Amino acid sequence: MAIKRRASSVLALSITTALLVAGCGGGGESEAPSQDELFKNPVTLTWWHNASQDGPGKTYWEKVAKDFNTLHPTVTINVEGIETNQLQRTRLPAALLSSDPPDIFQSWGGGEIREQVEADYLKDLTEQAKDEVANIGSAAEIWQVDGKQYGLPYRMGIEGIWYNKDMFQRAGIAAPPTTLDELNDTVNKLKAINVIPIAVGAGDKWPAAHWWYNFALRACSIDTLKKASTDLTFDDPCFVKAGQDLKAFIDTKPFQNNFIATPGQNDPTSANGLLANGKAAMELMGDWNKGTLDTVAADKEALNKFIGWFPVPAIAGSPGDPKAALGGGDGFACAKNAPPECVEFLKYIVSPEVQKGYAETGTGLPVAKGAEAGVADPALKSILDATTGATYVQLWLDTAFGSTIGNAMNDAIVAIFAGNGTPEKVVEAMKAAARK
Amino acid sequence: MTATNPHLDLVGGATAPPTGRRPARRSPYRAAETRRKWFEIIGLTTPAVIVYVMFVLVPMGFAFYYSLFRWRGVGPPTDYVGFDNYVLAFQDPIFLDALRNNAIIVFGSLLIQGPVALGVALLLNRTFRGRTLFRLLAFVPYVLAEVTVGIMWKLLLSDAGTVNALLQSLGMGGLVQAWLADLDLVIWTLLFVLTWKYVGFAIILLLAGLSNVPQELNEAAAIDGASWWQTQRHITLPLLGPTIRIWMFLSMIGSLQAFDIIWVTSVPAVRSLGASATMATYMVDNGFFARLWGYGNAVAVILFVISFVAALIFQRFLLRRDIQGAVTGRAK
Repeated sequence: MAIKRRASSVLALSITTALLVAGCGGGGESEAPSQDELFKNPVTLTWWHNASQDGPGKTYWEKVAKDFNTLHPTVTINVEGIETNQLQRTRLPAALLSSDPPDIFQSWGGGEIREQVEADYLKDLTEQAKDEVANIGSAAEIWQVDGKQYGLPYRMGIEGIWYNKDMFQRAGIAAPPTTLDELNDTVNKLKAINVIPIAVGAGDKWPAAHWWYNFALRACSIDTLKKASTDLTFDDPCFVKAGQDLKAFIDTKPFQNNFIATPGQNDPTSANGLLANGKAAMELMGDWNKGTLDTVAADKEALNKFIGWFPVPAIAGSPGDPKAALGGGDGFACAKNAPPECVEFLKYIVSPEVQKGYAETGTGLPVAKGAEAGVADPALKSILDATTGATYVQLWLDTAFGSTIGNAMNDAIVAIFAGNGTPEKVVEAMKAAARK
Repeated sequence: MTATNPHLDLVGGATAPPTGRRPARRSPYRAAETRRKWFEIIGLTTPAVIVYVMFVLVPMGFAFYYSLFRWRGVGPPTDYVGFDNYVLAFQDPIFLDALRNNAIIVFGSLLIQGPVALGVALLLNRTFRGRTLFRLLAFVPYVLAEVTVGIMWKLLLSDAGTVNALLQSLGMGGLVQAWLADLDLVIWTLLFVLTWKYVGFAIILLLAGLSNVPQELNEAAAIDGASWWQTQRHITLPLLGPTIRIWMFLSMIGSLQAFDIIWVTSVPAVRSLGASATMATYMVDNGFFARLWGYGNAVAVILFVISFVAALIFQRFLLRRDIQGAVTGRAK
C-alpha cells in the first residue's frame, strides 16, 4: 500500500507542477500598494497554521481571524490548523508546487525560507511591513533572505534548561550552574539523591541534537556559524570539537537509561513527562516547554511550584560567546500571488495588541515590543529577559541549515548518543548531505 | 462432486468450473453477440481501468521519472542525475539495514505465523463449547487499527511499561529488557508485535479453507481407521494447500511493505540508526523528513521492483496451479 499512497501523492504533485508551470506567466514584482487600493474589494484569505490541537493556541488564532474580519469586513479568512510535521513536510510543499497555495502559512525561517524564496514562492514584505520589522528587531532576521523580508515572526525564544527547584534544594545545590564544570557538579549531586539528573528525548532525535548545537555554539565563533548557515560549509574544526565535548558529557552519564527510545514530549513516558512528574531534575528545551509540560503533568499545581529555568551554562576558555544562545521561533509568510491584504493581516498578527493577547495564552513568547506585559509565568519571564539580554541568537542549526543537512546532522548526533557514532562522522554526514 | 474441487479461491468459495471453448461459428447472430460482449467488457471495465491508470500506473511512471532527479520538492525538478539516487541508496548502510529488517519480517512472519495459525485453525475447526468466542478472540488483533496496536505495544513495552513490570513481579527480573531501545533487540520485538497483529488474519483464512474440506473425506478416512492426526496430515493439509499458498503470498507482500506499526511503535532515533527501519519507513524518513524527494522516489521504485519481482516469482512457481487461467494463461 505504501507504494500506491506515495505514488498517488506524487501524481497530485506532478499535475500541480504542470499547472504551476502553465500559470507562471503572470504576476510581476510586488510593491507596497497604495492605501486606497487596500480593503476595497472583498477578498478571501486561506490561512494554514500549526496549532492543530484544541487548546488556547488554536482558539486564539480563530479569534484573531474573526477580529480582523470585524476590523476589515472585506476580508474573510479561512483558518485551517494542521499538525506541524504534516504541514511542513507534505501539505505545504505540495501546495506551494501547485497554482493554488494558501495565502498565508506557517514559516520556520532559516534554510527553508531561503529555498522557498529561490523558487519564487513568497511575497516580498520589505516595504509594506517596514515599521513592524523595526519593532520586532533582530528576531525578524531569521525570515530575511538577502536583506529582504519574506515572513514575520510571532513567537521567538531562546532555549535553556528547565529544572526542578525542589530537587535542586534537596541535593544541596545553592544556585543554578553557570559553567559546564558547575553543571557536571550539579549532575553528580543529583545522582547522589537518586534522581535522573537530565531527561533527554533522544528518541525524537532533535532534543538530543540540541545538546550538540549548544556545544557547537560554545566551540564556534559567531562568524563561523553565520558563514556555515549561508555557505553550508563545515570545515571549521569547531564542529568536530562540539562532538568531542558532547561525547565527554554523555560519558558522565547525566541522562536517563535507554534515552535512545525516549520520546521528547507529548506523553507521560517522554522526557517532558519525566521532568513534569518529578522523576528527572533537568531538561534542555525551548520556550514552548511550559505548555507541553502542562499537558503531561499529573499534578499541574505541583509543576507550577517547582519548575524553574536557567540559561545553558558557558564553557570556560571556549571561543564562543558565553552570552550567545540558541533559539528559534514561528512566523507566517504570504504566498507570492496573495492579495496585499495578506500582508496587512500579517502586520495585524505582530501588532503589540495581538501579540500581548498571544503572550497571555502562555503558548510562547511574543516578539513585538510592547507585548511583554502579556507574559505572566515566572519561568517564561526569565526566558524573555535572557532573550533580550542575549548578545546573539543562533537559529536552531537544523532549521538554519535546511531539512536535508539538518536531518543528516541530527541522525549522526543521535548515533553519538547511541554509542556508535563519532564527532568526525557528524561533520562528514553534514558535508555529504549538502551535496545531496 | 462440486465440493471436492481443489481450486479453492481466496476466502473459501469454490471456483466456477472451467468452461470449454466453443467452436467458432460465423453467423450474423454470433457477430452481434460478439459485438455485445465487447461492448459489455469495455463499458464495465472502463471506469476501473481509468482509476487504475490514473492512480496506479501514471503515478508509478512519475515516481520513476522523479527518481532520476536531485530534487528537494521546491520548484520543478531540473537537476537530472540519472541513476545516481539508486546507487546512493545501495551505498547507504541504513538502507541495507532496512533491507535486512524487511527480510527478517518476511521470513519471520512466514515461519512463525504459518505453523501457529495452522495449529490454532485446526483446533478451532473442531466442535467444542465456546468455539465462536475463541474464533472471535483470535481475530480481534487483526481488526484493530494499526496505529492503535502500535501505540498500545509502545506503552506496554516501554522501560517502565506493563511487560517489564509483569516480568519483575513474576520473579523474572532477569528477563527485563529495553524492548524498544536495545538496537539489537528492537527488530525482534517488532516482529513479535507484527505476528501478534497479523496471525489472526492467517487463522481466519485457514479456517475458511478448512470449511471447504468436505466432511465426506474425513468420514471416509475415519472408516478406514485413520487417527485425527493422520486425517489432518493426509487429507486436510493437502486440501489446504491453495489457501496456505495465497496466505504466504499476501504475508510476503505485506511484510515487504511494512510501515504503520513500525512507524508508530519505534521512535525516529532507533529507525534512523537502522535498527528498526524498513524500506517504507526509510522512504518516508528520507523523502519527506530529509526532504530528498528525488531520492525518496528512487527508494519507492526500489521497493516496488523488489515487491513486484517477489510477487512474480511466487506466482510463477508456487501459485501456478491455484491461479491457472486467471493470470498464467488459459486453462486447458
